[in-house]
Amino acid sequence: MKSLLSAADLDRDEATAILDTAVRMHAIQTREVKKLPPLRGRTIVNLFFEDSTRTRSSFEIAGKWLSADVINVSAKGSSVSKGESLRDTVLTVAAMGVDALVVRHHASGAVQRLASWVDCAVVNAGDGTHEHPTQALLDAYTLRNRLGSLDDRHVVIVGDITHSRVARSNVLLLRTLGARVTLVAPPTLMPSGVSTWPCTTSWDLDETLSGKAFGDVDAVMMLRVQRERMSGGYFPSEREYAIGYGLSPARLDLLPDHAPVLHPGPMNRGLEISSLAADGPRSLVLDQVQAGVAVRMAVLFRLLAGSGEEVSV
Amino acid sequence: MSIVLQGAAPLGGKPTDVLIDGDVIAEIGSGLSGDRIVDAHGLVLLPGFVDLHTHLREPGREDTETVATGSAAAALGGFTAVHAMANTTPVADTAEIVEQVWRLGIDAGLVDVRPVGAVSHGLAGEQLAEIGNMARSAARVRVFSDDGRCVHDARLMRRALEYVKPFDAVIAQHAQDPRLADATACCHEGEVSGRLGLPGWPAVAEESIIARDVMLAEHTNSRLHVCHVSTGGSVEVIRWAKARGISVTAEVTPHHLLLTCDLLGDYDPVFKVNPPLRPPADVEALRAALADGTIDAVATDHAPHASHDKDHAFAEAAFGMLGLETALGVVAETMVATGLLDWAGVADRMSVRPAAIARVAGHGGPIAVGSSANLTLVDPSASYLVDPDRLASRSRNTPFAGRTLPAQVVATFLHGEPTVLDSALATVRA
Repeated sequence: MKSLLSAADLDRDEATAILDTAVRMHAIQTREVKKLPPLRGRTIVNLFFEDSTRTRSSFEIAGKWLSADVINVSAKGSSVSKGESLRDTVLTVAAMGVDALVVRHHASGAVQRLASWVDCAVVNAGDGTHEHPTQALLDAYTLRNRLGSLDDRHVVIVGDITHSRVARSNVLLLRTLGARVTLVAPPTLMPSGVSTWPCTTSWDLDETLSGKAFGDVDAVMMLRVQRERMSGGYFPSEREYAIGYGLSPARLDLLPDHAPVLHPGPMNRGLEISSLAADGPRSLVLDQVQAGVAVRMAVLFRLLAGSGEEVSV
Repeated sequence: MSIVLQGAAPLGGKPTDVLIDGDVIAEIGSGLSGDRIVDAHGLVLLPGFVDLHTHLREPGREDTETVATGSAAAALGGFTAVHAMANTTPVADTAEIVEQVWRLGIDAGLVDVRPVGAVSHGLAGEQLAEIGNMARSAARVRVFSDDGRCVHDARLMRRALEYVKPFDAVIAQHAQDPRLADATACCHEGEVSGRLGLPGWPAVAEESIIARDVMLAEHTNSRLHVCHVSTGGSVEVIRWAKARGISVTAEVTPHHLLLTCDLLGDYDPVFKVNPPLRPPADVEALRAALADGTIDAVATDHAPHASHDKDHAFAEAAFGMLGLETALGVVAETMVATGLLDWAGVADRMSVRPAAIARVAGHGGPIAVGSSANLTLVDPSASYLVDPDRLASRSRNTPFAGRTLPAQVVATFLHGEPTVLDSALATVRA
């Protein structure tokens, strides 16, 4: 594996290997000295065309704990407006002698496109409304930890599916790992052609969570709903969205006891998720954040140290 | 000077000699002689192609195309007349700008360059441009369009349709409801846009504007032309309007006849165009509509762009594709090789009807004694590899790079003078 651009790049063996490597990486998070040597002398650039605190810091910590030199480059604002082409921006950074580019871009496909221009490894840290494969990996890691295995587990993803790179990557990866996925959204936030995706879909959250629609639910993942979607006419009001699609305390009670709640963050409390759901015993929100570092360490390790290498912890 | 085309097959029919004397076809028969002989055995003789839709980028973006380089590309593609869209910088919304473009065309001397005037001042969609002054200018503008933008305000569209009537002009509409497909929309809304996470450009954004506009054309009893029709639904609306007797004509681009949105998987902006590439079912509907005449004309929407305007993320790259030099090849592949059109049909859709729509005198005439000698010789059995570096256009953004296309333009004659011979530019004044 040279780059990680899409969750579709990962077959079951490769995805499982990353998650297994992440287990070992996770162990060092509780140590006093959080440092492993495998990427010493390697340079990773976090090239972010879009602001992101959590993903950028997560990648930065992951690289540093593996002893790589990590540089953050903010290329915010479209390169178009700066008069520089994406190609020029990327070739300039790559020419400095970079081993891996971790790229976040506000436009779908930008990371795939720029990966074709450079020789170094490229990790997609989120491209527009397309994909966010390391988020899917950390979600899978978190779910596997809690549920034991993903085989035949039923994961419900709720929210703005149309504009969600998290949903796209999760549908692909969860299927690869053997889980069943149901997407729930109002029709205006359900992507075109979703009927061709490897998942089931519903407009009715209660029916889905109760298991009446597609069988018992093993986990529910709430997606962030951006408030500007309201002005785009995708839904009438925050109040109505919360009533129709928010994870309220009443809806929590529809879930089987074992089913956890996930959210990629940042959360809109009171909109898509109630505080009771976000902070309660089912919530894996902070586990997800912790898993993010371990999973990204595993990805960087496998890309830069080679998949044949065994990490010694 | 007289030229004899020996053994040419007019519209693909029986081979004969055709004598060009001055700027007209002087004689058709066998054993003709003239000052100069062109061996046209095995070649099809067609009226020179007329393009209703090009972007020549001058004034404003001479780094991507000029009237001269675009004219060269047109001549090599077999065209003898092209319409230069108004979205230049400054916008072609006054007599002065359209006359400038027209004169640049005369200076280049490779095709008749017919400027298109803007419908609205600055293409802003608010106030009519100086349509009358452009129509009465030396450029004699007969096609008005805000192409690149839709005249979306129904009242402005109504006024434009009414206002052009004294000039026998036509409003060429870029049909795109900006509320249904805004400036970020760049991928046909459907399975591909959903999977790739690209902003969708739904078919209905085109179809609803065409439906409105044909009703406005009926109400005003004026002439409407629909640019770059891209969906099967649009075809149905136009078919209905024509059956009702409404004065509507329509064009389709070569790329919409061949390419589909399935090509967007790599996010390569060379396939980014407006309206977007559509699914195969739409491509089939467009071919059928061109074959049965519901769509009147092939128009290239030749849109040169610098590589630095394409080397961006898909959503941020410029819209548009080159088309002039590959138009015939694509039409031959999609329409002739498939049996949907014969060469007479190609002549009709690429020359006769577009010339009639835009009221271009001297073009699109029959291959007959007395007709203006605006002609194209095509080798129907030749094929060629599209190499972006060998195009005459100043830009390289052809979506057909690496494809082998059938039917090569061998020679083009503009008002009796060769502009292209042996598939290369002729030195006209030699």
